[in-house]
Amino acid sequence: MTKPTKRLGPAATALALCIGLVLSAQASADDLEAGKKIAFDRSKGNCLTCHHIEGGPLPGNIGPPLIAMKSRFPDKAKLRAQIWDATAINPHSIMPPMGRHRILSEKEIDLVTDYIYSL
Amino acid sequence: MKKILTLLLSAGLMTTAMQAVSSPQEDLEKFRLYYEQRFPGIQLDDFGNGPYALDANKRMQWESMEEFPPYEEYVDKGREIWETPFKNGKSFASCFGEDPSKVRVKYPRWDSKTQQVVTLEGDINKCLKDNGEKPFGWKKGKIAHLGAFLGYEARGQKINVVIPDDPKALEAYEEGKHFYYAKRGQLNLACADCHVQYPGQRVRGQMLSTGLGQTTHFPVFRAKWEKASPDGDGMGTLHRRYGGCNKQVRARPFKAQSRQYRNLEFFHTYMSNGLEINAPGYRE
Repeated sequence: MTKPTKRLGPAATALALCIGLVLSAQASADDLEAGKKIAFDRSKGNCLTCHHIEGGPLPGNIGPPLIAMKSRFPDKAKLRAQIWDATAINPHSIMPPMGRHRILSEKEIDLVTDYIYSL
Repeated sequence: MKKILTLLLSAGLMTTAMQAVSSPQEDLEKFRLYYEQRFPGIQLDDFGNGPYALDANKRMQWESMEEFPPYEEYVDKGREIWETPFKNGKSFASCFGEDPSKVRVKYPRWDSKTQQVVTLEGDINKCLKDNGEKPFGWKKGKIAHLGAFLGYEARGQKINVVIPDDPKALEAYEEGKHFYYAKRGQLNLACADCHVQYPGQRVRGQMLSTGLGQTTHFPVFRAKWEKASPDGDGMGTLHRRYGGCNKQVRARPFKAQSRQYRNLEFFHTYMSNGLEINAPGYRE
């Protein structure tokens, strides 16, 4: 190995680590697709019943449209909590508590959260 | 001393427990006012038309259905059931009186002898049993056809559920009211969630109706039931819809004509006192 390559070695490793971290922090395209499938499934998330979602046919208009989610929920964990049990913040909410009532599994809620967060 | 204190305390607690927070009349006034303020400009009786009162497009679709209403055939079937004598020579008129137009408006009613709410369907089947005939099913078929005829004959009459000055009757009303407002099922929804909080909004493509006027048009011809029926009979009773709604929120439904559904009907119909009967209705 030449001298430049030796010095490049650790830098390249550091760069590779950074890229790896960034990639694992973002949901993969497959995961987003899986989350969308759960959200649109009438027997699962069934989100279109009440919410307008881009690409969803004949949405209901009971809840707010799901758009610009990152600006409305800068903290993704708060979005997940809202999906898990919307009545925690608003006792009058009529949104079914997806987590508290085990309508979706924890893994499904993770996937749906990532998908909704991407809208 | 201790005995007297205990007696006074328990009497006080009992009184508190039996005292409703508001009277049915107060509830009714608030209920009506809420919808009138929420949907200004709609005539009181028009609330009995559900979503068709709230949306111009839906109203157009409904008016075209009303030109040749699919429930007409079942009103005729109901008339035939009313007029056909039982094997013992008697008929429904023997139980209900000669005039079919005077029947529907009496229900639901509080029966002080049996201390429970009695529905039209309940007395129809009681009449059959008392005369040695096989009772009808509670949710569809003949009971809905006869109900359609009796409802049609009573069109235009104002609903007038009476809650007598009887603590048991008031208790039944309160139980029905509690049912309407209580969340249930895996989906955690109360009747009031959709029909008090969000009428006029849409669940997918379906518009939610108001709680006001919700029972005036039963039994109802429902297009969804028509599709599910092998002979296209879309007629169904109020308790059929109660069960369906409970199932839709993933709650275990009660049996048709159970105490829970009869008390719910008692509260539910009382909330439409003063509105005209417009049965049978057509719904999607």
